[in-house]
Amino acid sequence: MSGVRVLVGTRKGAFVLTSDGKRKKWAVSNPHFAGWEMYHLKGSPADPSRLYASQSSGWFGQIIQRSDDGGETWHQPGTPAGEPTTAPDGTPKGESNKFVYDTSAETGKPLTTHQWYDGTPHPWEFKRVWHLEPSLTDPDTVYAGVEDAALFRSTDGGQTWQELAGLRGHGSGASWAPGAGGMCLHTIILDPSNPKRIFIAISSAGAFRTDDGGKTWRPINRGLHSLYIPDPTAEIGHCVHRIAMHPSRPGVLFMQKHWDVMRSDNAGDTWQEISGNLPTDFGFAIDVHAHEPDTIYVVPIKSDAEHFPLDGKLRVYRSKSGGNEWEALTEGLPQSDCYVNVLRDAMAVDSLDKCGVYFGTTGGQVYASADAGDSWAPIVRDLPPVVSVEVQTLP
Amino acid sequence: MIRVTLPPHLRKLAQVDGEVSLDVAGAVTQRSILDALETRYPMLRGTIRDHVTKQRRAFVRFFACGEDLSHEPADTPLPDPVAKGAEPFMIVGAIAGG
Repeated sequence: MSGVRVLVGTRKGAFVLTSDGKRKKWAVSNPHFAGWEMYHLKGSPADPSRLYASQSSGWFGQIIQRSDDGGETWHQPGTPAGEPTTAPDGTPKGESNKFVYDTSAETGKPLTTHQWYDGTPHPWEFKRVWHLEPSLTDPDTVYAGVEDAALFRSTDGGQTWQELAGLRGHGSGASWAPGAGGMCLHTIILDPSNPKRIFIAISSAGAFRTDDGGKTWRPINRGLHSLYIPDPTAEIGHCVHRIAMHPSRPGVLFMQKHWDVMRSDNAGDTWQEISGNLPTDFGFAIDVHAHEPDTIYVVPIKSDAEHFPLDGKLRVYRSKSGGNEWEALTEGLPQSDCYVNVLRDAMAVDSLDKCGVYFGTTGGQVYASADAGDSWAPIVRDLPPVVSVEVQTLP
Repeated sequence: MIRVTLPPHLRKLAQVDGEVSLDVAGAVTQRSILDALETRYPMLRGTIRDHVTKQRRAFVRFFACGEDLSHEPADTPLPDPVAKGAEPFMIVGAIAGG
């Protein structure tokens, strides 16, 4: 019988929630990496037992963890538990947390500074991995979106990382500036129909696309309108919060921007607003139904000044028409006195029939719907603040 | 042997209990201790000091013999009791809430 594994990253550890295909009863693991900030965990589409996790702390920095058994056991790639920590030639293993920006002349893209809050050049400083995106076809290849914004790739199962420096070096990098949450590369979307095409998004620079496997990049922000930058239609500077795509229709992208929900039908070349009748179009998370490419979900948040649901009512909004017409989904969700937030990487779907939809809150709840959003129930409710939610549908 | 204490999170990463004992060649300094520690426990690379610049991470402190040595130069010889193994070199996570 099929099952579901939900990978939950929180401010104080990671949790693995499992259920059978009915999605009624859930088992919650003990905390993994207790006490650490777990920005993201994600499984390989090519091997569901292979998971990657970003573990970090203000004290000890970044750690990359890998599981080869579906989250039962973990190790730092390069230093498996119980094995020697040096190679036979004496070379230390364990460089899996080494993210060094590529400033070499060979890349042709040496770039050492971006714009700081006061307008002065500021050195790029690695802080943490926000998002891990495993390859669609190779369990040993995984991409990492980091703060300060850059894209890294590992092709050896997370043991070593190399920057795809063409992104920072494409031309506008020196003018990128951090938003309040830091200058993070938080969204990585791999195009299943074109292995050379990748979409990424950065707060607060905007969205970018490569069509040559990461060598060259260009901004894809035409049609975005942001009143918080001097030129509201500038090519760079938009605070994109999240982008989602349905794998069957990779040219269609849905975006939750700081304000505004947007849609592109040409792989990001141009965008149109689809906020429609949403009560507020600020928010972080956005996702697409597993079987209906025009059914999308957002969680409207009151404003950038007040990061909680409007009127204390936690409502997911669903559009079955690809945007503009939205319906509130409330059954099973708190409709009074609710002041949690739902962060950008904290929503995911499974691919069962009916499609399951999941999201986590800063109040420590993970809500799930086994009927595409019609009704909801908490599958765990007292975790630390939830940063990320990913779902694996298991055979 | 040089004695080193690690904060709980780093003990867990290194898969050790209690103190770590290290052979340190030459002068016993912050740098030589951390070099030996990271050679023995490479999973700790980058968690105490930066991979490239070797700068101590801001919220990591070095204590020994009742003193905070965090701001001492990395190549300054450490106190004799540390060099002789009578006192541990303590790697400490700074106190912070949350």
